Amino acid sequence: MTTVALKPATMAQALTRALRDAMAADPTVHVMGEDVGTLGGVFRVTDGLAKEFGEDRCTDTPLAEAGILGTAVGMAMYGLRPVVEMQFDAFAYPAFEQLISHVARMRNRTRGAMPLPITIRVPYGGGIGGVEHHSDSSEAYYMATPGLHVVTPATVADAYGLLRAAIASDDPVVFLEPKRLYWSKDSWNPDEPTAVDPIGRAVVRRPGRSATLITYGPSVPVCLEAAEAARAEGWDLEVVDLRSLVPFDDETVAASVRRTGRAVVVHEAGGYGGPGGEIAARVTERCFHHLEAPVLRVAGFDIPYPPPMLERHHLPGVDRILDAVGRLQWEADS
Amino acid sequence: MTVMEQRGAYRPTPPPAWQPRTDPAPLLPDALPHRVLGTEAAAQVDPGLLRRLYAELVRGRRYNAQATALTKQGRLAVYPSSTGQEACEVAAALVLEERDWLFPSYRDTLAAVARGLDPVQALTLLRGDWHTGYDPHEHRIAPLCTPLATQLPHAVGLAHAARLKGDDVVALALVGDGGTSEGDFHEALNFAAVWQAPVVFLVQNNGFAISVPLAKQTAAPSLAHKAVGYGMPGRLVDGNDAAAVHEVLSDAVRHARAGGGPTLVEAVTYRMEAHTNADDATRYRGDSEVETWRAHDPIALLEHELTERGLLDDDGIREAREAAEIMAADLRARMNQDPVLDPMDLFAHVYAEPTPQLREQEALLRAELAAEAESEGTAR
Repeated sequence: MTTVALKPATMAQALTRALRDAMAADPTVHVMGEDVGTLGGVFRVTDGLAKEFGEDRCTDTPLAEAGILGTAVGMAMYGLRPVVEMQFDAFAYPAFEQLISHVARMRNRTRGAMPLPITIRVPYGGGIGGVEHHSDSSEAYYMATPGLHVVTPATVADAYGLLRAAIASDDPVVFLEPKRLYWSKDSWNPDEPTAVDPIGRAVVRRPGRSATLITYGPSVPVCLEAAEAARAEGWDLEVVDLRSLVPFDDETVAASVRRTGRAVVVHEAGGYGGPGGEIAARVTERCFHHLEAPVLRVAGFDIPYPPPMLERHHLPGVDRILDAVGRLQWEADS
Repeated sequence: MTVMEQRGAYRPTPPPAWQPRTDPAPLLPDALPHRVLGTEAAAQVDPGLLRRLYAELVRGRRYNAQATALTKQGRLAVYPSSTGQEACEVAAALVLEERDWLFPSYRDTLAAVARGLDPVQALTLLRGDWHTGYDPHEHRIAPLCTPLATQLPHAVGLAHAARLKGDDVVALALVGDGGTSEGDFHEALNFAAVWQAPVVFLVQNNGFAISVPLAKQTAAPSLAHKAVGYGMPGRLVDGNDAAAVHEVLSDAVRHARAGGGPTLVEAVTYRMEAHTNADDATRYRGDSEVETWRAHDPIALLEHELTERGLLDDDGIREAREAAEIMAADLRARMNQDPVLDPMDLFAHVYAEPTPQLREQEALLRAELAAEAESEGTAR
């Protein structure tokens, strides 16, 4: 067995590596979007791809999201595997009609004759001081659309593994990239990337016995931090990273909550009509008799994403998570 | 003096890298729609092609009538008739090679049938047993598209992909006059021109977007004029003149295949029937207008040309009508059979592999169906 030298790498680097490896492995993989070519993307995730694979395979498109996704549909119809970049969460909205009316349902409406293997990369979420329209958490819209897979990595290794899986998938995948984690570093071996992760499996990031924090994407590091801080209160928190919002890993989540008996769902998106409501309902349906307390949610406020100087008040932080954990009817238990 | 005040005299000097295109003139459409039938140019058209167009027009008209009748009998949920527009539908199907792709809208069932699709499969969407009743790859016909203009970028992407793969494929996308107001129309034309994709856009300007007339749809001199702004040629053609539509589309397809890029063709035609059976056309247009267009009927125009030149006689006309009747009788008979549906199909094609959540729902439906079958058995 050879020892692998682990080096620090950023999530952005892992994503670039995933795109490069996918393009090298499969000539039908095409990267397209605004600024993805010469510039390498505004987050540099597509850096070097145009140079290495040519502008036909890493294409700067006109600035038009519906056009980017709409032409990707036609390309996929002809046997290509487009990977489109939407640059920022809120910039993807013009493409919603293509996404919902065509991308998500082409397989279904053609009885399987015309699957669309399109990966839609959407940098999402806040915490980077972006101005309006640069920080939305739009995952609930995607989750509500049958036919789409929705995944979001929280670690460098997952960024690589899940993006490879998304590109390899014969179905459309909305790949949500937590942009505030782009520069987060992790020990990773960029020379021998980890295996491709199957879409649809949650993972226990930190085992614990007192309560489960169910979270994903940008809130995963926040929950891990909260779990560390909770030790001072005597709570041993388990953190489940969903990784995939569609399909949803009921098994891993329910198993964790049955072990701990308490759960808090944490995400940046607004709570009302947000992913947390669905997750809390699923947990309640499966674990009711194991629950010591209602499933609580710690979410962003139900407001349009705030201006950058106020976003710290909106984003779920360690204190708000610990407050929620504190409300999990500990007295009744003792 | 401010910049605003010196307006008129003020001319910004463009930076050296920016050069305006100086060749808009060749892109502009003719002032009047191109016509062939009834002109000297008609003599140059292959008689075989004219006869073929005629047979397809007659069949197409009968198809429209039969489908409309099926709607009245409740066999179709809805049918947007293309009566009066058959020349566009048929020409669109006939100009394409087998390897090419057609991107129809919901009104273009006839184009799909003229391209070779089984008439029953073409009506599946409208009957309501499934969304698309055919494998798009079989005849290279994209699913009939209900949202307006959203199929246009698909055509561009497919044509672009084919060219990247080195395939000699052209995509022809159909859209109505109303569809030209949609954002996807703009984005598709812009992408097509920038990529020089081998795609042809055919706008069937039938005068109305449901009830809204063209004058309330656009202020452009013609819809073909819109091409100029994208940097592609625009052509205006008489949409009831099958020979003219065929010629203009053939030119555009040839141009695209030769690497010349996209063309926007506007065919000026008229929808003789209401938008669908759910629409009351008398609320927005008068009988006299409809009668004016009836005098310019695509079948009558071609029939006149052919009989005048001795290329078609009464026997020929009867033959075409009989062939159309056979098609209609077959369509009627097959549409009157109830489609066999499998409820489990609901879950079969959402994803390549059903999610665990869908498997649970599948099990629920299966149990419901079993209980239903059991109670029916008990009732008997």
